[in-house]
Amino acid sequence: MSYLELLKLAAPEAIVVVTALAVLTVGLTSTRAKALCPIVAAIGTAVAIGAVLMLPSHANLFGGMLVISPLNSLFKIICLVLALVTVPLASSEKSLRNPGEYIAVLLLGAVGLMLLVGSEELLMIFIGLELLGLSLYVMAAFDKSDVRSAEAGLKYFLFGSTASAFTLFGISFVYGMAGTTALAAIGQKLAAGPVQPLLAVGIVMTLIGFAFKIAAAPFHLWAPDAYQGAPIPSAAFIASGSKVASFVVLGKIVLVGFAPARGSADWHAMLAGWSPMLAVLAALSILLGNFVALAQANVRRLLAYSAVAHGGYTLLGIIAGGRDGFSATLFYTSVYAVTLIGTFAVVGVVRRDTSGDDLQNFAGLASRSPFLAASMSIFLLSLAGLPPLAGFFGKFYLFSAAFRAGGNHGLLWLVALALFGSFVSLYYYLIVLKVIFVDQTSSITPQPGQSNAGAARTSDLNVSTSLDLFSRITITLLAAAVLFLGLMPQTLAARILASLP
Amino acid sequence: MIAWTIYVTFAGAIVLLVLPRGFARWVALVTAIAGFAIGVATFCQHDVDLAHFNTVVRVPWVPALGMNYHLALDGISLTLVLVTGIAAISSVLFSWDVTDRANEFFFWLFLVVGGSYGVFLSADLFLLFLFYELVIVPKYFLIAIFGSTNKEYGAMKLTLYSFFGGALVFLGIIAIYVTGGSLDLNQLAQFQFTPQLQSWAFPISFLGFAVLAGIWPFHTWAPTGHVAAPTAGSMLLAGIVMKLGAYAGLRVAMNLFPQGFQMWRTTIAVLAVVGIVYAAAVALRQRDLKFVIGYSSVSHMGFVLLGFATANVFGVSGAVLQMFSHGVIGALLFAVAGRMIYRRTRTRELDALSGMNLSRALPFAAFTFVVASAASMGIPGFSGFAAEITILIGAWKSYPLAVWITGAGMVLVAAFTLRALKRSFFDVDLANTAAAPPEMEPITIPEKLGAGLLMFATLAVGLYPKLLLDRIQPAVEAMRFLK
Repeated sequence: MSYLELLKLAAPEAIVVVTALAVLTVGLTSTRAKALCPIVAAIGTAVAIGAVLMLPSHANLFGGMLVISPLNSLFKIICLVLALVTVPLASSEKSLRNPGEYIAVLLLGAVGLMLLVGSEELLMIFIGLELLGLSLYVMAAFDKSDVRSAEAGLKYFLFGSTASAFTLFGISFVYGMAGTTALAAIGQKLAAGPVQPLLAVGIVMTLIGFAFKIAAAPFHLWAPDAYQGAPIPSAAFIASGSKVASFVVLGKIVLVGFAPARGSADWHAMLAGWSPMLAVLAALSILLGNFVALAQANVRRLLAYSAVAHGGYTLLGIIAGGRDGFSATLFYTSVYAVTLIGTFAVVGVVRRDTSGDDLQNFAGLASRSPFLAASMSIFLLSLAGLPPLAGFFGKFYLFSAAFRAGGNHGLLWLVALALFGSFVSLYYYLIVLKVIFVDQTSSITPQPGQSNAGAARTSDLNVSTSLDLFSRITITLLAAAVLFLGLMPQTLAARILASLP
Repeated sequence: MIAWTIYVTFAGAIVLLVLPRGFARWVALVTAIAGFAIGVATFCQHDVDLAHFNTVVRVPWVPALGMNYHLALDGISLTLVLVTGIAAISSVLFSWDVTDRANEFFFWLFLVVGGSYGVFLSADLFLLFLFYELVIVPKYFLIAIFGSTNKEYGAMKLTLYSFFGGALVFLGIIAIYVTGGSLDLNQLAQFQFTPQLQSWAFPISFLGFAVLAGIWPFHTWAPTGHVAAPTAGSMLLAGIVMKLGAYAGLRVAMNLFPQGFQMWRTTIAVLAVVGIVYAAAVALRQRDLKFVIGYSSVSHMGFVLLGFATANVFGVSGAVLQMFSHGVIGALLFAVAGRMIYRRTRTRELDALSGMNLSRALPFAAFTFVVASAASMGIPGFSGFAAEITILIGAWKSYPLAVWITGAGMVLVAAFTLRALKRSFFDVDLANTAAAPPEMEPITIPEKLGAGLLMFATLAVGLYPKLLLDRIQPAVEAMRFLK
């Protein structure tokens, strides 16, 4: 294996790294050149997507450290697209004083995503997780003028590093028991004998680390603060890219590596293993996420708790297992990521216009900017799972996969719980939409003593929106994607299903 | 051709979004008339086989999961498509004065109408459910933005009830899809589900649909929602939306789970009878005219459920006829109360109305309300009588006791209708008879046209019920649960 060949297979990652360095350089040269940073980043990412398309369909380097398969390539593309749509969000965010640095960190995070998605070996997965994590910590704390951003960064860092410690600890146990870190080899090894207690500890620890990453209850505590405090593009990236990659890897680890230790989450035949553990996490996430979201007055916090609940739904597919279940999970999480970036883009514009992102800041958005109101309703209704949007099909696909799995509809309890959860969720999504469409802006009363009370408080309807062309295009594309994936879901679903072995 | 009802309606909705203000109501009217005209044209074709649920369009949609864009038509669907068209036209006519955010108003309105056409014509379970859920959110916005009287509460309550029903149905549909291995309603109608599955999947899916049909004790969204809605919203809710639940309950739950239906039909009958009597009794005590009508809707929909529970041709055909009949009568009653009276008097309180001498101020409104009340009470000659008598004949074969209780309930219906009629229009202060009636804006032409259309429909079907029954009955006979 020559280095040239390695470089060929790792070309997309290399291109993104080079782009990150280029962006950093451009950002340093002059203040005028700063405006070029997003463009350079976009071009680099687009070239990397092209490079992924040029990859061979199958390759396996160093015992699974870098695996190229249709599934991995598909999700590399999805991760790159998610990074690509985060770039315009970052360029229109005025609070970021050094856009060059920010975008470079964002691109390094994207490399982390690609390594995560593209590897089937525990150590490499851990390196990907760390690269992604470090980039995200920096991104969360990037707004130096806002104390909330620092809080978000610190909390995310503390929880995240603890989670990484758990994962690494778990991985070391698994390695000790199985004698290998390649997922496929672990799977074969485990199948040979009964599950040892030490191995069980290893599996549980590894999964706890991932539960932090996907913000499953009760490991979700960082999410509300990170979503609320971090700069908008960081929050969007944490909620989308990081989540998609984590679900891809989590699915591979449990369905390939830990397959023999699966157990059963059927209500009439519970059996110890990872699937009942994930089932409990899913159930807790759905209940806690939805009920706590009901009480939120800040839209970003609300999105964070709803993200916890959505993490719970998404786990259903992994618990169901099999080709069907995994592809449902992957479809759902991809659609969710697209939807959430769009939501955050709208929140970002509203935040710039009204200097806040509480519910009342959205009052009268429909008369202020029908475009933003319509896009927001598309995103939120898709999250609630209403037709004809992508979330509706995603839920149907996911829940029917879960219902089919297990003997005699054993996962019925989880499906019923998830349906109940999505019933509850409609209420808080509708409250946001109600504020947007029904409430009038004049109902905001400036609160004396609040630091930003005077600045952009809006008692007249003629607030100019700071919607620039890039954001407008991005939001339009994302909304169109959500609608399109709802009407023509097979474009993505069939591709995912075909790429699964 | 009938599939174009859906396309025309959604196209109209989209055109409304991009159009400048001012044209909105004309575009809306043209769209509604086009939808209805397509329905009537199909109705007049004699070579259409309405006895079976025959495919109209079938295109693969998500082949990997066996979903098709599949529309079909039989006599039951056609009847409901017609009532949807009538309700759509009349509700546009009764919204002729909406000027504030008019485009948006008609956009939401046509999403409801288009979704309803879709539900009535879908032959694919996923497609049916998609259209069914599509209707939920527009209703919320129609009421929360354009409504009156506690509108945000009413809108939220209605939406959450609908979505709760939707969640139950979702579970039922997943169960059908996974065990039956298909989403095609005609294929599934041949499939034998295990009795164990039917015993729980039937009540879940039927109840989920029946929430929208206003089954007691899950009916409470209906009066509050109807009262809060703008006039056109109430007309559509009473006229169409409640039928969505009943229709889907018949087409999906009953037709796919015949054994489950047999197990649970006595329960349904009991709930239906309780609903008829209870809602009528509550209506007797209401002070707000729209609440009276809202509860009367629940009572009338009770007849539909009773008809279903009889499980014989008479009862079920009568139930379908009642869906048509109540769609027309309910819309007419709401039009009078919400638009003709409320817009001119700014009140719907019966106490306030009773001194106003409205019968002389608004003779046309009084006439319309008398006709609507007569139809609602089940006076022979109107569609309500034809439908209810058919249902009761059917019920007599299955549940004679229910007929006795319902008979008593019909007395209550007459009582509250007459009370509302007298208090609102004919309560003339004897000491004050000589006084001139209050000055009021005369009834406009769109109002007269809308009311005329609805009155014509209820009379035509009432005088010649065979017009619809001949098409409904063969389709009902083809359903599996009768055999």
